[in-house]
Amino acid sequence: MIQIRDVYKSFHRVEVLRGVSMDVRGGEAVVVIGPSGSGKSTLLQCINGLEPIDAGTIRIDDVEVHGRGTNLNRLRRKIGIVFQQYNTFPHLTALENVSLAPRIVLKLPRGEAEAKAEEQLRRVGLADKLNERPGRLSGGQQQRLAIARALAMQPDYMLFDEITSALDPELVGEVLDTLRMLRRDGMTMICVTHEMRFAREAADRIVFMDEGRVCEEGPPAEFFTQPREARTRQFLRQVT
Amino acid sequence: METSSVFTSLSLQDLWFLVEGASRTLNLTFWSCIFGTLLGIAVGTARATWPAAVSAIFGVYVDVVRSVPLLIQFILINAALAVVGHPQSPVTVGILVLSLYMAAFVSEVVRGGIAAVPLLTRRAARSLGLSWFQDMRYIVLPLGTRAVLPAWIGLVIGLVKDTSLIAVIGYIELLRAGQIIITRTQEPMLVLSGVGLFYFLICFPVSRYSMRLEAKLAL
Repeated sequence: MIQIRDVYKSFHRVEVLRGVSMDVRGGEAVVVIGPSGSGKSTLLQCINGLEPIDAGTIRIDDVEVHGRGTNLNRLRRKIGIVFQQYNTFPHLTALENVSLAPRIVLKLPRGEAEAKAEEQLRRVGLADKLNERPGRLSGGQQQRLAIARALAMQPDYMLFDEITSALDPELVGEVLDTLRMLRRDGMTMICVTHEMRFAREAADRIVFMDEGRVCEEGPPAEFFTQPREARTRQFLRQVT
Repeated sequence: METSSVFTSLSLQDLWFLVEGASRTLNLTFWSCIFGTLLGIAVGTARATWPAAVSAIFGVYVDVVRSVPLLIQFILINAALAVVGHPQSPVTVGILVLSLYMAAFVSEVVRGGIAAVPLLTRRAARSLGLSWFQDMRYIVLPLGTRAVLPAWIGLVIGLVKDTSLIAVIGYIELLRAGQIIITRTQEPMLVLSGVGLFYFLICFPVSRYSMRLEAKLAL
């Protein structure tokens, strides 16, 4: 379970998160939406400790992410994150991209790490690209590679940070299909996205963030048809 | 009575003298390149990753070494070692000075190489649970090396030629060997062409190999 309590975060005196609280239970798919600059991406980066926080707490399975004694490298094995800009390793083949962390972080023997990597690449539909470098893959394929790379660590939680925003429209579908597959497999996930159709069909819960706060949350059917807050209604009018 | 000239013509022995000079040049280059590159990597990494205050201290070293002519550094360090009671052989002083000189330049190249690796790529590595050291070893080193390989090769080629300045503390390497032969034979054009050819034969393979390596490492 991910518990976020009253989290504050500033960048150079600009307050990006202003007291965010939310819970994500095991097996739940939460989609976070909101206007640009509302703090969605920052929240994800704080959840796996890539960004420090100024106040509040984030706990993952009762381990405080920003606690003094927390071994972040160990904690991050539990939480995969996929970024908007893929951030694949350009000097490694697809197979090496995916097997690197299992090999050097989980200390799996090379053969075993590669077998697991191959399985993940097959899962995201890249079985025929094992020996290709990212530079030879399309944006959608690179993003699926990034997803496979995170999955190879067998995380309990997955964070997706606007992973379709940098893609050409015709490539969005293949990446969303991968997310749907993970959803069916019961992966616990927090997904920041602007894809409202995906949010509506795949989320257990929608969280709407605005100006660094959680403005409203609820199941998609309710959220999209009967939003309570005026700000939510205004945002939904603009994006749907 | 016939007077014999103080000048004598070129002989095969002169060629061997040049070959020996070239081997000394190679020796100086080899060790200075290894020590200079290792020290440069350490200083460059420290400057790129440690707090600004530490970076500034190393910055003074880099600025001084890069700004003062190498010739002066040879003379000063050679003299300084003698003054403090630890005089060293010219070749030791030469390798020491050239290594420090090379390291200053390499450190800047390394700093550039680390900066060339996108922060987001490194973030992705850390998000997978890689430690700082593993990120440096498996992501930054291979990507940064690709970015700075041409610049580093340029430094190595420069270093080969900079070794000639060691003559100022009395060490005979390739160029100094050539000058000695010129003094005796009065054949500057021929000897200097030969010396130039030796430098070319040392540098050209390095340059060609680096081009092949670059092509091989291209992403």
